[in-house]
Amino acid sequence: MGISRLLSHLLCACLLCYAGFSQAQVEDTEAQKLLTALAESSFAQKKAVVNQIAESGDERARGWLESFSSNKLARVESSGQFIIVLENRGRDWTVESALTGENLGDMSRRDIDTVRVNNALRNEIEGILSVIDLKSPDEANRLSAARALKGSVEGTLAERLPELIDAEQSMSVQAALTEALAIFNVEEQGDVAAVATLAGSLNSQARAALQQAMRSDNAELAAAATDAMASIEQKLKLNRAAETLYFGLSLGSVLMLAAIGLAITFGVMGVINMAHGELIMLGAYTTWGMQQLLPGQPGLALILSIPAGFLVSALAGIAIERTVIQHLKGRPLETLLATFGVSLILQQLVRTVISPLNRTVITPDWMSGSVMINEALSLTLNRLYVIGFALVVFAGLMLIMRKTRLGLEVRAVTQNRAMARSMGIKATRVDILTFALGSGVAGLAGVALSQITNVGPNLGQSYIIDSFMVVVFGGVGSLWGTLLAGMTLGTINQLLEPWAGAVLAKIMVLVFIILFIQKRPRGLFPQKGRAAEG
Amino acid sequence: MWLTRPLQERSTRIFLGVLFASLVIVSVLHVFMPQDSALHVSAYTVTLLGKYLCYALLAVAVDLVWGYLGILSLGHGAFFALGGYAMGMYLMRQIGDRGVYGDPTLPDFMVFLNWQELPWYWLGFDMPWFAFIMVLLVPGILALVFGFLAFRSRVTGVYLSIITQALTFALMLAFFRNEMGLGGNNGLTDFKDMLGFDLRTDATRLGLFIATGVALAMGYVICRGIVTSKLGRVSIACRDAEARTRFLGYRVERVQLFVFVVSAMLAGVAGALYVPQVGIINPSEFSPLFSIEVVVWVALGGRATLYGAVIGAILVNYGKTVFTGIMPDAWLFALGGLFVLVTVFLPKGIAGLLFKPKKAKVADNTPPEQEATA
Amino acid sequence: MSILQELTNRDQVFEFLTPAQSPVDVRHGPILYLEDVNVSFDGFKAINNLNLTIDDGELRCIIGPNGAGKTTMMDIITGKTRPDTGSVWFGSRHNLLNLSEPDIATLGIGRKFQKPTVFEALTVFENLELAMAADKRVFPTLTALMKPEYRDRIDEVLEMIGLKALRQALAGILSHGQKQWLEIGMLLMQKPRLLLVDEPVAGMTEQEMERTAELLTSLAGKQSVVVVEHDMGFVRSIARKVTVLHQGSVLAEGSMDQVSNHPEVIKVYLGEEA
Repeated sequence: MGISRLLSHLLCACLLCYAGFSQAQVEDTEAQKLLTALAESSFAQKKAVVNQIAESGDERARGWLESFSSNKLARVESSGQFIIVLENRGRDWTVESALTGENLGDMSRRDIDTVRVNNALRNEIEGILSVIDLKSPDEANRLSAARALKGSVEGTLAERLPELIDAEQSMSVQAALTEALAIFNVEEQGDVAAVATLAGSLNSQARAALQQAMRSDNAELAAAATDAMASIEQKLKLNRAAETLYFGLSLGSVLMLAAIGLAITFGVMGVINMAHGELIMLGAYTTWGMQQLLPGQPGLALILSIPAGFLVSALAGIAIERTVIQHLKGRPLETLLATFGVSLILQQLVRTVISPLNRTVITPDWMSGSVMINEALSLTLNRLYVIGFALVVFAGLMLIMRKTRLGLEVRAVTQNRAMARSMGIKATRVDILTFALGSGVAGLAGVALSQITNVGPNLGQSYIIDSFMVVVFGGVGSLWGTLLAGMTLGTINQLLEPWAGAVLAKIMVLVFIILFIQKRPRGLFPQKGRAAEG
Repeated sequence: MWLTRPLQERSTRIFLGVLFASLVIVSVLHVFMPQDSALHVSAYTVTLLGKYLCYALLAVAVDLVWGYLGILSLGHGAFFALGGYAMGMYLMRQIGDRGVYGDPTLPDFMVFLNWQELPWYWLGFDMPWFAFIMVLLVPGILALVFGFLAFRSRVTGVYLSIITQALTFALMLAFFRNEMGLGGNNGLTDFKDMLGFDLRTDATRLGLFIATGVALAMGYVICRGIVTSKLGRVSIACRDAEARTRFLGYRVERVQLFVFVVSAMLAGVAGALYVPQVGIINPSEFSPLFSIEVVVWVALGGRATLYGAVIGAILVNYGKTVFTGIMPDAWLFALGGLFVLVTVFLPKGIAGLLFKPKKAKVADNTPPEQEATA
Repeated sequence: MSILQELTNRDQVFEFLTPAQSPVDVRHGPILYLEDVNVSFDGFKAINNLNLTIDDGELRCIIGPNGAGKTTMMDIITGKTRPDTGSVWFGSRHNLLNLSEPDIATLGIGRKFQKPTVFEALTVFENLELAMAADKRVFPTLTALMKPEYRDRIDEVLEMIGLKALRQALAGILSHGQKQWLEIGMLLMQKPRLLLVDEPVAGMTEQEMERTAELLTSLAGKQSVVVVEHDMGFVRSIARKVTVLHQGSVLAEGSMDQVSNHPEVIKVYLGEEA
């Protein structure tokens, strides 16, 4: 089915090409004639010629009119050949043939006669170009043309719009055109009926038109516009809320990713790993390194960085566990200090070996750009990917904890180390594996962070305190707690930011957590169990 | 009297003897040795030593809460900085119209930011007695409020460490803001004189150095007085078996709060003496790195000894001065390595290495099993 | 905001400043009442409708299999755990549920933990000094001086617990049994009206056990003593009245003979032991 359709499209395309070639010769004389007319007739007559060109159906017509309106259509004095000026700075201008599109190199500007144009014509052409676009066979082209029209409809175009709307097949294009026309009607005509059309619109031009109408002397119009504006404000508020939520969730998933490894190591071993931030940094640098190894393929490098980042950080984690942490069993405060020392060393290592400056990690094409939900709300893709990635990592960890032998042992050791040991669980092995897992997840967080923030030696430092806050807020050792805490803190931060500013918002979140700890010293989801005495 | 008891102790007498002897020697070498003599101590060195003594006092304050109470504060830099800011505000007001903009009341940075009048919290800082009270009161009140909230809900151990770190981090962010009215990024600087003495003269510098030494001595005696009192033994009891202490009828949170506030005030004094000597106070003093560095001085010197904290602070900072002079890049490696080595191989610090006390007061900080699992 | 409210509204805060010195009201006989107490951890009912009364001057043994709720019961009496429902009164004047651990300790309830907990970094003498009944507020503690009568009192207790020779030794170096005694000594220094003793003879030799039994029985009469113990021999040697706990409530109560012949008790507890 799909293939046969593809074939038929190809066939059509071939036929069209063939037709184009056979007519080329004929058309070119026709085209030369039209352009000559444009160049030689008076301003009054030019309008008609412009319309003729537009209706000629020539594919190049758009280009001609565009360059004409921007003073770039010209004629070579000697040959009468029409050219389009590409670069008009300096004495020699770079030009191409208007008919064949062939680049003709540089030409002295003295040899060139620009086809003259005036503002009335420009306006006319703008409308005509829109019409050309609106007649384009490609729906996407029509849609973007229709959207561009909002707020820039001119009198002549407005007359033609109703018929175009009727002829339009696509609902969305039709809607956009109707709105464009309504904006024109409200703005220029003070049409009360058109106000209703704009009532739900999120377009800024539509709002501008309504605002103008609200100040109108026509009481009826002003009232209708005020009503419409109110409904728009309502909708905008919702959209802004959605946007804040999106930013909040995106920040939240970053926090969650950064913190969840910490939650695991802290929960299982009671160990504060101050070098956790630097393990995140290692993950980010792994991404950068991968992209250096695979130049030109940032996407592939990024995907390969996911396992690589995990591995690098996990190995670093094992090294830290074996060299430092295992010697400090049962001395959590000393562990905190020692791992802080490790974090200083790792930071300085990166500064010395790589560079103290930030490195650029390329965002692959498929991750850049944004998804437009409506005219007031578009979601940036990279953040969307990070949210998705965070959720996948979370689900993965959940699976490991719930479904694997390691998870079972980890949970056993978390709840009662002595008992687990006496049941034959090798607590040391569990410690190493847990630490590797927690560190590896930090590496994953680094890979994700490399897409939304600067990769530099201080990357880890800037996340470590936030991560701790998330863990403390969520409750040590609770994955769900970490998820909820990350998302909550992210959202609170984003909610506060607009009216408090970024720094103050952060301070408020920190103070909030400090106060929260007073009420629930063990976080949102405290580890439960029969209280051990002591 | 609890304050005079330490003076009868041999260790305190030795400490005070060494300290005062050093003060006298440095002063004599500075004043009486000719400039070109190898034994001459320059004004620069005097100020540098004064800075070390400030750090030593801060370290003593940290040791009081960490060594004897088991509270690892990663936010003592905040109390230090607040004391410093209180002093800085006084010094700022002393500049008067000698600033770059010559405004008689507003400090330069406020003129620069187009402020019209002095914010209310700057009022009174032109009076030295008020500023000196604030040096104690501001860190003290912060410690009181923070400690009240934390100890009341029994936040201890690593949790407390983390939120003290968050506290100093939040303060750092706050002080970076220009809207705080405390100089933002640049902090307070360009001080001219203090109590009428020109801060740039050698005599004033020497005076500050001696004052710092005396403050350190007093701080040491106060801490020693606390730890040798029954309250000191209760602190150790809280550190090692909090629940048991509570069942004996002691209000653990009150003990913790009292010691914490005293410690914060000492840190404030250290900060206040630091500022006129280095000539600037800015938000970087609030950075979590600084606070945690202080802890490693104490760990290196030997926890729960007080004099160990002084040794550690002076050694590490001397090392820092030397290192950053010769090869600045290596300093963080050295510091990081120090953290690891001291905690793993030298849990009792230099003090534990040098002196084997008859009565080992330094307990292994291993919390009882139930606390680790609870 | 609730913090603020507590600060401003609750007059209880001011009560803290003047520790409850009022004597325990035992005119009605019992010194401790537990009525309809319930506690659950995560749905697990540790204490289930527990009713228990201890008379003034009584020596009571509480036995029961693991998980019967013995330690939880002590936690409730000493204020460590708050029950979900029920009431706990010390005499007929003091509602223990309104008091904090130090308040309860100051009122006169002393507790020895299951695992001996002494201050290992302090000497035996200092351990007893800290336990001594005194004004335990911060400033009085800071300025406290060692008076001769305190020294005498400590020496007296050191004699009783047989640690006189070790008075300047760090508590950390004591043997398990010595720690148990030190902790009992600390209890005695507190001069409590009610002693809660959790497994006092674990890790003790026969001889030590005998001395402990002697000590505890000698206390009864002047003070009320509640002993939780697993060692049946020890219980038999000191017990006048025994309470059997099972699944968080009282299964049987009476003399050792009565209890050990109780069919339910044999089924759930002694049956396994015998």
